Amino acid sequence: MMDSLILRTATRLLLSLMLLFSFFILLRGHNEPGGGFIGGLIAASAFALHSIAFGPRALRTVLVFDPRSIAGVGMLCAIAAGLFSAVMGDAFLTAGWLHWGEGDAVFHVGTPLLFDVGVFLVVIGAVLTIVLALEEEDV
Amino acid sequence: MLSAILGIFVWSLLAPIVARRLPRIAGWVLAVVPAAATVWFVGFVPEIAAGGTVREVVAWIPGLGVNLSFYLDGLSLTFALLICGIGTLIVVYCGGYLHGDPMLPRFFLFILAFMASMLGVVLADNIVSLIVFWELTSVTSFLLIGYLHDSPQSRRSALQALLVTSMGGLVMMAGLILLGLTGGSFELTELVGQGDMLREHPYYLAILILILAGTFTKSAQFPFHFWLPNAMDAPTPVSAYLHSATMVKAGVYLMARLAPTLGGTEVWTVTLVSFGAVTALLGAILAVRQTDLKRILAYTTITALGQLTMLIGIGNTYAVETFTVYLLAHACYKGALFMGVGAVDHEAGTREVTQLGGLLALMPVTAAAIGLAALSNAGLPPFLGFIGKEFMYSSTVGLGEGEMALLGWLATAAMVASNALMIVTAGLVFVKPFLGRRTEAAGHAHEAPVSLWLGPVVLAGIGLGLGVFNGALERWFVAPVAASLTGAPMDVHVYLWGGFTMPLALSAVTVALGAAMYLGWPRVKAALDGIASALGYDSDRGWDRILKGLVRVALLQTRVIQSGYLRHYIMFTIGFTTLAVGGTMVVKGALVAPSLTAAAGAPYSAWALSLIVLASTVAAVMAESRLVAILSLGVVGVVIALIFLLYGAPDVAITQFMVETLVVIIVALVLARLPRLTAFARPDRRSAVRDGVIAVAFGAVVTAVMLAVIDLPIPLDLSEYFAERSYTEGFGRNVVNVILVDFRAMDTLGEILVVATAGLGAFALLKARPRREPPVGDTKTVGDSKPETGDRS
Repeated sequence: MMDSLILRTATRLLLSLMLLFSFFILLRGHNEPGGGFIGGLIAASAFALHSIAFGPRALRTVLVFDPRSIAGVGMLCAIAAGLFSAVMGDAFLTAGWLHWGEGDAVFHVGTPLLFDVGVFLVVIGAVLTIVLALEEEDV
Repeated sequence: MLSAILGIFVWSLLAPIVARRLPRIAGWVLAVVPAAATVWFVGFVPEIAAGGTVREVVAWIPGLGVNLSFYLDGLSLTFALLICGIGTLIVVYCGGYLHGDPMLPRFFLFILAFMASMLGVVLADNIVSLIVFWELTSVTSFLLIGYLHDSPQSRRSALQALLVTSMGGLVMMAGLILLGLTGGSFELTELVGQGDMLREHPYYLAILILILAGTFTKSAQFPFHFWLPNAMDAPTPVSAYLHSATMVKAGVYLMARLAPTLGGTEVWTVTLVSFGAVTALLGAILAVRQTDLKRILAYTTITALGQLTMLIGIGNTYAVETFTVYLLAHACYKGALFMGVGAVDHEAGTREVTQLGGLLALMPVTAAAIGLAALSNAGLPPFLGFIGKEFMYSSTVGLGEGEMALLGWLATAAMVASNALMIVTAGLVFVKPFLGRRTEAAGHAHEAPVSLWLGPVVLAGIGLGLGVFNGALERWFVAPVAASLTGAPMDVHVYLWGGFTMPLALSAVTVALGAAMYLGWPRVKAALDGIASALGYDSDRGWDRILKGLVRVALLQTRVIQSGYLRHYIMFTIGFTTLAVGGTMVVKGALVAPSLTAAAGAPYSAWALSLIVLASTVAAVMAESRLVAILSLGVVGVVIALIFLLYGAPDVAITQFMVETLVVIIVALVLARLPRLTAFARPDRRSAVRDGVIAVAFGAVVTAVMLAVIDLPIPLDLSEYFAERSYTEGFGRNVVNVILVDFRAMDTLGEILVVATAGLGAFALLKARPRREPPVGDTKTVGDSKPETGDRS
């Protein structure tokens, strides 16, 4: 933890901006550069920054859930995305899609999105597990 | 057939609940499903006896040729009936024998799971399914042998059985896979047709040796016989079921199953006959040295397994007939004897033959069952055991009259000796405890409850019934099994009375010899003990020595390779990779000179970025402080990200940026935990030179690999394939991401599993290290060469 007023003030702003950006990157990933992995890394850096500025305990309050659980839920999301098709009788992880609209304005949503959210959460959870373990280690 | 196996598996999972709810009648209730399976299999008997077979295939991993395919013919049906039938009796018996044991619910789970696995082994047609079920029997039998886990002796025996059988199983797996690849099919039924080709194949010997390693360990053939008597530390129902009637016969089953595919060659016959005969004789000799009833039976089981192996090896008509007769005879009388002895132990409180006597009046039903079974064991008419013994002599004599005269006569002599000793053991098990003078230990014994005598009575009764009504035996079992063993239907005849022949004469000799030895048992035992101590060889001790040696080698190797210093691990890993990759490239002539024209054509920005990378690297190497070193490396990473961006890979570039940022954060956090920089002394000259050499060599190899890779034309068909289908099938324009989350999502799933595991691993390392001892390899991990001595602040 760094006891710096500048860092803390900046972090308050940056955390929300970076998290917003990470969602943006996650969601646009299918068509533009981005995706769950990159988004997860961005979100993880945002939280790591928060932890450097305010300390690990503050980060835990912000996170609400233990990062290990976040990683676990991410794994479950990814597997659920795969099982969805298995239940429908296709091979494990076959993508399933729903489409709205017509022509250029068509909107697609499908299991790969759930899968990407899983990747996003696993990356956040795993990185923050390491960061918190290092910061909280009482020596 | 899959439903039968799965049904019993599911039933095994329900068993603990049933056993807890209905503790008094759990055995009877739980026996319902095995009994139903038995009835179901009995329904197949007429069809199989008429020459039919049943095959059932459920695709499992069709891409790899792995199917859950099952095959029912004479051989597998006979085994399935033994497994389910005796299993039913055993489950009933367990309820009585272990009544009131707090771990009984778990016991039912294990024994039913074992039953299902064993059924899988004998029904499986696919090699891979066979291996899976085979290993399941090893695991479940480990749990059953180690049931009394409070006893170190019992734990040792369980581990020994597991190690011996699974070691053999591993070797056998190699053999079976080789068999499948050589024969071009992983279905055993299809391999039968490849028999002639396989027997001529150069791999034949390798396949045979590897598979026999598995079957010999599983079926306790010499020199792997030592684990079986130790496995008798398990409760009696386990011994009766696994170590007489079923599991140990898995090896015998597989040899019989493969007989039409691999059998009939000289090496097959010589190996199986000699190992089988030696095992049989050894088991019989060791049996009469014992005084514990259960251990006597354990060693006679080794004899029976040796005899069955020998019969498969001989493979003539008599041997094929004997195989079935003897298989059934042994399963019935040995199951009955084990359960009967368990009942005696349960009621009289001891299994020591020297302490038992006069139980006939006290336990008449058990006595009758054991008596009938012992007569079958001794091979007296009109029991099934008699037919088995007669036909066994006919088959070895037949071998002696053929081309392998010496082997045949030696086998005959070994059989006469072992069968005579079997008569001694039958006397020890029945005559002494039941007919002998009443002893003190027997004083308070009384008849066992019905659950304990039902099994022995039924099995002993079958042993008598099939011996008398041998026409049914011939039609229902001997003929179908013979067809499985030889690969073609054959004419078989089973009878009690074959006239005044050579086998009858041998039988007479056997009985006379056996009776004489029984009467002089104390002296025979003393003589054998004397010989044994003179030889001074004990395979059980030998096993201990092997295990100790193994542990010593492991410790030595750990000391050498696992020094506990991270820098040594990095040195070994990078040094080995450098040598392996660099060496291969030099040997294969894969070195490519860099193309100067391509370098000259690179844009100025690329040159500028490369120079920054170079400068930062030098800065990292020269840095006096860790922080500077880490930041310099961070610069290298960021610049590499810029290069990705320059060459049109934005996704990779962003990832690289983020990873670089996080690495700097994490390493900085680690650095904050390390001792002050005073301890970060400059490495001495020698280690600096050593590290420098390794680093430069590794860099050179990586560069050489890069040059070699870009020298090859990059195949574009895959990129085109993905680019084309990215939007039409994946509904995304970012090809990279569509590949990650859709086309190759399985790879990504694996990767995020690795990421999550890495996070947990780091957590475990940081949080769960021992507090008192100085932690290994954390404070001394950064590139200095002297161990840290400063305190960690």
